[in-house]
Amino acid sequence: MGLMSRVSTIFKSKVNNVLDKAEDPRQTLEYSYQKQVEQLQNVRRGVAEVVTSKKRIELQLNRLEQSAEQYGQDARDAVKADRDDLAQQALNSKQAIVNQMDGLKTQVGDLAREEQRLVDLQHKLTAKVEAFRTQKEVIKAQYSAAQAQVKIGEAFSGLGEDMADVNMAVQRAQDRTQALQARAQAIDELSVTMALESPVASSGDAVRDELNRIKAQTGVSDELARLKLEMGKEDNPS
Amino acid sequence: MIIRIMSEGQYEVDGETLDRIKILDEHLMAAIERDDEAGFNQAFHEVVGLVRTGSVLEHHQLTESDLILPASDTTLVEAKLLFSQHPIE
Repeated sequence: MGLMSRVSTIFKSKVNNVLDKAEDPRQTLEYSYQKQVEQLQNVRRGVAEVVTSKKRIELQLNRLEQSAEQYGQDARDAVKADRDDLAQQALNSKQAIVNQMDGLKTQVGDLAREEQRLVDLQHKLTAKVEAFRTQKEVIKAQYSAAQAQVKIGEAFSGLGEDMADVNMAVQRAQDRTQALQARAQAIDELSVTMALESPVASSGDAVRDELNRIKAQTGVSDELARLKLEMGKEDNPS
Repeated sequence: MIIRIMSEGQYEVDGETLDRIKILDEHLMAAIERDDEAGFNQAFHEVVGLVRTGSVLEHHQLTESDLILPASDTTLVEAKLLFSQHPIE
């Protein structure tokens, strides 16, 4: 069995749950339509939640950006006061935040695309529910109960599939947003508690960690040298 | 044959395209079993491309799909997760 048939089976099991509720389509036509409108509202709420969460992560990123700037300012102040040790520490903290933020920014960018996709899907679904409403009126007016059963069954399966699709997309976006939120939160807490002893998060590989540390350290030393040059505080060869 | 790409929409594809899709579909499953990410990505990309050559079903059409493909940016990890959450005997 290939991937697509498996996915179809998994997916159809989700759709069938929705379908079971409509046993006698002619009688339950209005009821099922109402149900779909309700589901559409749930989808809207889900999409709105993703949008809100993304905004919250963006705010968190802004705050991190500010604290990185603050550490930069601290480093300048320290250089001014001839306290290289403090400047080094401040730059370490700044580097740690900047490193963590880079990955997060990329993911927030991905999320923005996902958000756009959800909004598009929501519009499509709205159009489909509207199409179902029109079809339901036609079916009521033109078909006998037996024929209606078949016609409604078709329309219902099609729409049910779309519902399940959008619901899964919303779920996926929510999972991703939550993971990002947790990550932003963790960085935020780190920057607040100043637990940034090493500017580099562990990669799980000792050699790579060591190399990353060296790289970060070089970055910090370079920035310190640059700062000092900028402020006319070069190390005078004595 | 109507194929849905999840999070995207439905396409009607002809028999010849479907035959090619079915061959790639087997490759996909094999790649998942081998844990071969590059192989999975390549085959998946090709399948998505083939399905998209079909004609798009309009929004007002309410039709059931014959086959369903996960969203076009699905990773190997996500595909595996999908199966582990919904095991098929």
